[in-house]
Amino acid sequence: MGKERVAVVGIGQTKHEATRGDVSVAGLLREAAGRALADAEMTWSDVDAVVIGKAPDFFEGVMMPELFLADALGCTGKPMFRVHTAGSVGGSTAIVASQLISAGIHERVLTVAFEKQSESEAMWALSLPIPFTPPLHAGAGGYFAPHVRSYIRRSKAPDHIGMLVALKDRQNGLKNPYAHLHEHDISFDSIKDSMMLWDPIRYAETCPSSDGACALVLGSEKVADEAAAQGRQPAWIQGTAMRSEPTLSAERDTVLPLGGALCAADVYKQAGITNPRKDVDAVEMYVPFSWFEPMWLENLGFAEPGEGWKMTEAGATALDGDLPVNMSGGVLCTNPIGASGMLRFGEAAMQVRGTAGEHQVDSVRKAVGHAYGGGSQFFAMWVVGKDKP
Amino acid sequence: MRDIAVISFAQTPARRSVPELNEVEMLMPAVHDALTQVDMTIDDIGFTCSGSTDYLAGTAFSFVSTLDAVGPWPPIQESHVEMDGAWALYEAWVKLQLGEIDTALVYAYAKSSPGDLPMVLTRQLDPITVGPLWADSVSLAALQARALLDSGKATEADMAEVVARSRKDALGNPNAQLAWDRSADDHLATEYHIAPLRKGDCAPITDGAAAIVLAAGDVARSKVKRPAWIRGIDHRVEPIHLGLRDLTVSESTKIAAGKAGVADGKVDIAELHAPFSHQELILKEALGLGDDTTINPSGGALAANAMMTAGLIRIGELATRISNGEADRGVAHATSGPCLQQNLVTVLEGEA
Repeated sequence: MGKERVAVVGIGQTKHEATRGDVSVAGLLREAAGRALADAEMTWSDVDAVVIGKAPDFFEGVMMPELFLADALGCTGKPMFRVHTAGSVGGSTAIVASQLISAGIHERVLTVAFEKQSESEAMWALSLPIPFTPPLHAGAGGYFAPHVRSYIRRSKAPDHIGMLVALKDRQNGLKNPYAHLHEHDISFDSIKDSMMLWDPIRYAETCPSSDGACALVLGSEKVADEAAAQGRQPAWIQGTAMRSEPTLSAERDTVLPLGGALCAADVYKQAGITNPRKDVDAVEMYVPFSWFEPMWLENLGFAEPGEGWKMTEAGATALDGDLPVNMSGGVLCTNPIGASGMLRFGEAAMQVRGTAGEHQVDSVRKAVGHAYGGGSQFFAMWVVGKDKP
Repeated sequence: MRDIAVISFAQTPARRSVPELNEVEMLMPAVHDALTQVDMTIDDIGFTCSGSTDYLAGTAFSFVSTLDAVGPWPPIQESHVEMDGAWALYEAWVKLQLGEIDTALVYAYAKSSPGDLPMVLTRQLDPITVGPLWADSVSLAALQARALLDSGKATEADMAEVVARSRKDALGNPNAQLAWDRSADDHLATEYHIAPLRKGDCAPITDGAAAIVLAAGDVARSKVKRPAWIRGIDHRVEPIHLGLRDLTVSESTKIAAGKAGVADGKVDIAELHAPFSHQELILKEALGLGDDTTINPSGGALAANAMMTAGLIRIGELATRISNGEADRGVAHATSGPCLQQNLVTVLEGEA
């Protein structure tokens, strides 16, 4: 018994929009899953098991929706599994799916993550008052703004860094046909002039609410070798890691969470990464509010604490920089919450496979996918590469 | 597969309503009891996985506050499923197969009392076709019971025997919610609740929590005299739509039983997650159990049925009976969804 090798052999996603009124939840998932299966040159019957992830069920108003989706996702008579780990869920779902193969249980696993936010109102679904529990007033932005302010104070970062991130990600999103936001007229000034929502987070520095799904087909070494033999580059999973820490704990540093740093250290060790800045060619990280780019650059070891914003300012994280970050446009362009983590993992795999189209970075050998959730307390990461681990 | 065993199990006493405690306060005694039994703390655990649902807690991300109480500092390797804890145990078992860690904590909990459970469960149904009809879980189970009776495979008297035996066995279970010694005839003399189901045919509505510690190989042997080894574990699902299924059989249980190797040895005890009496009869056939298997010595789900937890409790009840030498080999089953839609089967065995 050991760990079997696993690779991403198929990737699919929906066109993400504020309201995908043209499809049901099942239709949305089948759009992504069908594309992933087609990409893997497989059909539904080739799949051994399906692993589904999404954020809170209140977002669609269906309790444990995987149950009603079972037949739409071809699960009849098969194992179907549902993961929910808050905002990191898209990433952790892919990791749970990969473990079914690395443990030697299955050969081909379809994993799908989604959110159809138009079915409800996420901000208020997050704000239900619970006795004796600190309220998450006005959704995630109100919760994270103090973390950002703390980061700015500690790092002495200039005010415009957040706006630079927003501009870069929204411009990257223009190259991604699946992205929700395509803001052709975006400019530094238009971001600067947009409404301040949660100081210092402006409207244009905030992720949208999206309907969307992402699907990955994961295969064993044998399955991936067959794909490679037919000229379809697998994205070999070189490491996976998850970490969780408490919401409320005096020891926590929410600006530079220990859980995130440990998660990164774990996954780098597995992937043989000793110098992340040098060894990693591209990163898709979970940046729902612009300032989280410099914060996560530091947390994931790409910059020293307090120095991440300098990478952003110098253009290092641009598509043509030395460490491109959020080539797809990231969460700032597309945020179907439950799928957002898997979209990060999927984009990392696309970069490795060379299938990212207009937002493809040249010669990516190793890419990092990152997701986080809760109050910056749940972390999921993977490293994918062109080479077998 | 790597040898993994259940080495401890704890549950809270099942109650109709636990209004004086929140979920965290209700769960914590079970978690700490399970850890204390094997002289562990959260620092000794390699991976933690839990099962619960936001729809019963009435808040998004409800599992986050229970995780806080487990004390995940320094940060831990952890995951959560919006499923019964039996599936959380499955994820932990998979993780243990990778050989990187030797121990795992699994827990599950739910308070059904704040809402109207059969109505809440209607929100599991297809939101476009069936959900708007508010078809409640008991009525759907009654349709299944009717189909079983009409097929001639079972009678109301057979169902009554399940009810009488389960509630009588529950007298020996200190955590049971419903326990009494009444004959099958007494049960048949009661009125229908939703025909052909009588109230006694239905599981109670329960608030409760449970926790299990898993360990691999020598770690398990070092902690307990007789670990309950997981010899096989598998789960399968069927369409939710009742019209797409033959409700008188459980095809998914049958497949899972085959994969888990139920028939590879004698089954001394089966702990079946059958929230309605007729479902035990369907499961018994699907699992291929003979009359030499003792079914639900704990009283089963008819004695206590905490949502998201009762499946994990089946595994824990069986493991306890194997570890104390009452049984050598047994089957534990968990279910989810209307009319036995999704099923998990585990085979546990003690070392000879």
